[in-house]
Amino acid sequence: MDTIDARPRVRVPRTASPGEVVQIRTLANHPMENGERLDADGNRVPRHIIHRFVCTFNDETVIEMDIEPSLAANPFIEFEAEVPESGTFHFAWHDDNGDVYEATADIEVA
Amino acid sequence: MKISRRRILAVGSAGLVVTLLPLPASAATEADELIARFTDGATPGEGPLTITAPQIAENGNAVGVEVECPGAKSIRILAPANPNPEVCTVHFGPLAGSHRLSTRIRMAETMDVIALAEMEDGSFVQASARVRVTIGGCGG
Amino acid sequence: MISRRHFLQASLAASALLGPAASGQWGRLAAQQRLSQGDLLDFDTFGNVTLIHLTDLHAQTQPIWFREASVKLGAGDARGQPPHLVGADFLDHYGLEQTSAMAHALTHLEFEALGRAYGRMGGLDRIATVVNAIRADRADALLLDGGDTWHGSLPALRTKGQDMVNLMNALGVDAMTSHWEFTLGADRVDRIVSGLPFAFLGQNIFDTDWNEPVYEPYELFERGGALVAVIGQAFPYTPIANPAWMFPELSFGIREERMQAMVNEVRAHGADLVVVLSHNGFDVDRQMAARVEGIDVILTGHTHDALPEPLLVGQTLLIASGSNGKFVTRLDLDVQGGQMLGFRHRLIPVFADAIDPDPEMAALVAAERAPFADELAEVLGHTDSLLYRRGNFNGTWDDLICTALMEERDAEIALSPGVRWGPSLMPGDPITREDVFNVTAMTYGAAYRREMTGAEIHGAMEDIAENLFHPDPYFQQGGDMVRVGGLGYRIAVDKPMGERITGLSHLASGEPLDMDRAYTVAGWASVTEGTEGPQIWDVVSDFIRKAGRVSVPENETIEVVTG
Repeated sequence: MDTIDARPRVRVPRTASPGEVVQIRTLANHPMENGERLDADGNRVPRHIIHRFVCTFNDETVIEMDIEPSLAANPFIEFEAEVPESGTFHFAWHDDNGDVYEATADIEVA
Repeated sequence: MKISRRRILAVGSAGLVVTLLPLPASAATEADELIARFTDGATPGEGPLTITAPQIAENGNAVGVEVECPGAKSIRILAPANPNPEVCTVHFGPLAGSHRLSTRIRMAETMDVIALAEMEDGSFVQASARVRVTIGGCGG
Repeated sequence: MISRRHFLQASLAASALLGPAASGQWGRLAAQQRLSQGDLLDFDTFGNVTLIHLTDLHAQTQPIWFREASVKLGAGDARGQPPHLVGADFLDHYGLEQTSAMAHALTHLEFEALGRAYGRMGGLDRIATVVNAIRADRADALLLDGGDTWHGSLPALRTKGQDMVNLMNALGVDAMTSHWEFTLGADRVDRIVSGLPFAFLGQNIFDTDWNEPVYEPYELFERGGALVAVIGQAFPYTPIANPAWMFPELSFGIREERMQAMVNEVRAHGADLVVVLSHNGFDVDRQMAARVEGIDVILTGHTHDALPEPLLVGQTLLIASGSNGKFVTRLDLDVQGGQMLGFRHRLIPVFADAIDPDPEMAALVAAERAPFADELAEVLGHTDSLLYRRGNFNGTWDDLICTALMEERDAEIALSPGVRWGPSLMPGDPITREDVFNVTAMTYGAAYRREMTGAEIHGAMEDIAENLFHPDPYFQQGGDMVRVGGLGYRIAVDKPMGERITGLSHLASGEPLDMDRAYTVAGWASVTEGTEGPQIWDVVSDFIRKAGRVSVPENETIEVVTG
C-alpha cells in the first residue's frame, strides 16, 4: 500500500480549569480507499483506510474508534474530553499499511 | 442540471453507486439484519440516543453526522444502503467529556443513517436520520 | 396596548393603498404617453432608515425585455399564495389594473402588446438614477445587493465578474450576499472580496475542513440614530445546484440555528433593526421567518419574484425585488428603541424609457462594454416569436436552445438547465450574440453529448422534480424543472418522488421512451468537472446563424397536473 502524507492536525484549547470538559477536533489527510472504487483501467482499487483512531490524555483513554470503509476521506473527528490536570493529549491514527500517524497537544490546567 | 457520465464517475470514485429513486422496501429488512448482527439478535429499544445529520447532503462523499448518547459505552454508525454499510464505532473511555462524536461519512444514495448505542447494562438503543442525496445541478 | 404586529399591518394597509392605486394611475399615464420619472420615483420619505434592495441582476447592465412566469407553482402550503400567483390571479390579489404599467412589469399578460406600449425595463444607468433619487431624500440609505450580480452576460463572463464589480462599486453598495458568484471559483471570489469596499456577507458559508465560518456573517450600520444589523445568507444549496468542484473547500446549507445565533448576537450588540439580506429563495425565507425569532426584514432573492407589497410573516417583512434590473425596492422604516414600528414600501419598476439614464453610470457601463462591442452587437438572426425562459417548465428560449443542441450535436434528446435568469426577446427582434450570452453565459457551459437510458433520463427528471416540488421549502434546492428537447411528458407535481413523471415519449418517433434503450443526449451546464464539448453559446449561435429566422411556438408537449 502507498505511503500517505496524513498531516494529522488537532485543535485543542491551551488552557482549562480542573475537571473542565473541552472540545477536541482532529483532521488527517487520507483517501480512505473503500475497496469498491475502480481506477481508470477498470481495476478495483484495494481497500486502504485508517481503521483505528485513539485519543488518550496522560495515558488514560478519552475515546477509541474502530473505523470502517464508509467513513469519508480525510477523516474529521470531533469529541469532548475531561481534563483533571495539566498534561498531554496523544492522538494516533492507525493505517491499514501499518503506519501510525501521531500528534500531541499540551493543555495547562489551572 | 447535473446529468453526465462524469456524475456517475465522480460518485463512483468514492466507490459508490448512484441510485436516484427511493429505497426499495427490502432495504428496511436489510437494515434490520445488519443491526441484529451487532446486537446478537437483541432488538434495540429507544433511549437518549440522538443522531443529527443534514436533511440534504451537499456532497454524498462527506456528510456531517453527529451522534450523542448519555450513558452509552459505545456508539456505532451504519449507512445501510452503502456497499460497505459500516462507518465506525466509537468507544468512550474514562476521560471522555461527553458521549458525543461528530464525523463525516459516505452516502451512496438517499437513506436512513442509523446510530446504534450499547449502554452500560449491555442493552442497545437505536436512532436514525434521513438524508437525501440528490444529483442536483439545476442552477437557479 | 396596540401590538407591534398591529402597527405593521396598519403600515401594510397604507402601503397597499399607495402601491396599486399609483400603479393604476401609471397605466393611464402611459396610455397618454406620460409615464414619467417623477411618478415612478414619487415617495413620501418616512421614518429614520431607508433600505434600497437590488438583487439577481445577473450582470444585466442594459434595458431588457423580461417576461414573467405564466407557470410558477408552489408546493405544499405555498400553493396559491404569493409569490406563486401569476397572470390574472396576481392582478386580482394585488388589486392591479389590467394593462397597467405594473401589470406589465409583474405578469406575462399581453406581454408583447404592453411591452410595445411601456418599453424595456432595467439598465444600470437607470438604476443609478433611481438610487441617486432615493439618496437625495435620505443620503445615508443602505444599498443592499442580494447577489447573482457578477454572472450572466458576455462581459461578465469575459472579465470574470470584474465589469460588475467595478459598476456596483460605482453605484455604492453597502453589503451583498451571493450565489452564482462562486461559479467564478472560490479563489476568484476571494480575490474580488479582498478588494471590495463593502461587506461580502454569508453567515451560512463554512469551510469543509474544520467547519468554520469563512465570510463575515453580518455588518452593523448606524443609520438615523438606529443601529442596523444586516446579516447575509448565501444560497444554501450552491454546492448542489452548481459545480462544487469550483469551490471544494466551501460548505453552505441553511444553517438556521446559526442564523438564530447571529440574530441574538446582533441584538446583544444593541441592534435596533435586524435585516437579513438573503439568497435563500422566497419559500425558504418564508419558512425561516416563521422559525427564526427577531428578524425584522428579509430582503429575499434567488427565486426572482417581484411583489408589489411586503408579505408579513409574524412580525417579519418579506421583500421581493425581482431580477435582471427590472425593479429597485425602496423600504423606509421607522425604527425606535430596538423596534421596527412602521414602514413605507415601494417596488419601483425601472421603465427604461421613462427614467433618465444617469450619465456617469452610462459612461462607466459603456466603458466596460467597449472591449466587447463588436461581438455583443453581432446579429445572428431574427426571431418571429417571443423568446422567454422564466417559468417552471420549458419556455420558448429553452425550446430554441434544446433544438439547437439536438441539431448541432446530432442528439435524440436535449437537456437544458432550469435556471431563472435570461431576458426575453420580442417578436421581430434581431438575435444578437449578446442575447445568446444573456441566456447561456456561465463558467461551465460545455455542451456535452452522451448516452443515457430511458430509465436514467426518467430518474434524473424525478430527482430534479423532487428538488422543485418537495412540499417542505427547505428541501427545494435550485432552479426550475430541467428543460427537455425531443421529449414529451406528464408531471403530477404533488405526487411523491418516483411517481411524478409519467408518459415520457420520444417525440421524433412518437414512441414511449424505452427505459432500457440508450438515447443520445446533448445538454449543457453539467456540474461535473472535466465535462467536454463546445460552449453552449457557440452551439446556439451556430444554429441561429444557419436558421436565419426562428419561430418557436409555446411548448405543448409537457402536461402539468396538480392535486
